[in-house]
Amino acid sequence: MSGIILPGADGALYPRNRDWHPPANTPGYKSTTFRAPKHALLSLGGTASELTGPTFGHSSLNPLDNDLIRNYSQDGSEAIGQRLIVYGQVLDENARPVPETLVEFWQANAGGRYRHRKEAYLAPLDPNFGGCGRAVTDENGFYSFRTVKPGAYPWPNGGNDWRPAHIHFSVFGHAFAQRLITQMYFEGDPMIWQCPIVGSIADKSAIDQLIARLDRHNTTPMDALAYRFDIVLRGRRSTMFENKLEGN
Amino acid sequence: MLHPVPTLKETPSQTAGPYVHIGLTPNFAEIRGVYDADPGSTMLTEDTKGERIIISGRIIDGSGAVVNDALLELWQADADGSYVAPMGPNSNSAPAFTGWGRQPTNGEGVFSFETIKPGPVPGPDGRPMAPHVNLWIVARGINIGLQTRLYFDDEAEANGKDFVLNKIMDPRRRLTLIARKEDGAVPRYVLDIHLQGDKETVFFDM
Repeated sequence: MSGIILPGADGALYPRNRDWHPPANTPGYKSTTFRAPKHALLSLGGTASELTGPTFGHSSLNPLDNDLIRNYSQDGSEAIGQRLIVYGQVLDENARPVPETLVEFWQANAGGRYRHRKEAYLAPLDPNFGGCGRAVTDENGFYSFRTVKPGAYPWPNGGNDWRPAHIHFSVFGHAFAQRLITQMYFEGDPMIWQCPIVGSIADKSAIDQLIARLDRHNTTPMDALAYRFDIVLRGRRSTMFENKLEGN
Repeated sequence: MLHPVPTLKETPSQTAGPYVHIGLTPNFAEIRGVYDADPGSTMLTEDTKGERIIISGRIIDGSGAVVNDALLELWQADADGSYVAPMGPNSNSAPAFTGWGRQPTNGEGVFSFETIKPGPVPGPDGRPMAPHVNLWIVARGINIGLQTRLYFDDEAEANGKDFVLNKIMDPRRRLTLIARKEDGAVPRYVLDIHLQGDKETVFFDM
């Protein structure tokens, strides 16, 4: 007799492995100096407040929300840059797909310039590129969007620090305690390994989890390259309703 | 009970960076026409039950400067103390209250949510927790989102019994989570969030 496992049911979340994430204070990334809490975090087993979370239906999206090449354009002109499809699967730590969850993304344009009033980099704006988009995962946890490859850009941290090309991601999951923001990098980019923000993560194999793979199979011929970026959210321990001594 | 070992590792966090508003509140960031409205900018509808309130405050860093590039999300129960049941994937009828809000801090480091006062939610032992909202904060210089709670100072008796507040050993630090009520046409609960320093807010690992 085997136990019944309810995916995403009443089980507590696995504790977050804080050594796998960047610590709050990472001196190489100077902005953390005054923004990192110094007290230890207070451990709080999950209550209903942490194990529930908001949900978002497909109906709340516009058709162009996952097309950054077109979604800002006023007249149908397309954004300039290397055309990409970025896609992947949102999973939990038990390797179960996370369906129907909101994934949001934002990025600089092909020249490495953000559309923001505080941005001072000299690379020009692209009149047809806003830089934000979103998707809701399908029943198997997959999202996808079309964009242009963001440029690398310099930033005021050290004397001459550059960010590698990257796309910011925000993911919900189904519990507020799964909430995650991260950044995706591109396979083979030598800039990844000299970035102080990437370097806030100590474990090289954790960094490797942030590097999207070129996927020749899913390229669109004569149109766009494809990169795959899977995202793993915290998982829940299974809740067993019958005794089961073997592992599950 | 045996628990399985997770087979995958959680994707590591990275800072939301200085331009998180582009991605999560584009209309506030003056990127118009992509989304009809910024997600979570409005929590209330005419049909929402409960006492209308405003929750606001500032985010302040360890040097005493206000943090004007942060983003907060709020997750709370409804007036009866229930978290709203998930919407169906293709549902067209949004519930009268979703419980979720998202707001940027403005140039003065101020955030503000128009919402309702939540009811008490059962804790793990079945006893009610004091009314509270859950907050999640990201910004440039924050490597992993900060999780905390906001309680209400006119719920002193419930706060005194709240198992989360009582987990905070130093009673003075409990006060970093309790918002001060200011009366008005719509009552306002005010709490400054200190990322660092003598008044550092209690943040949770949950």
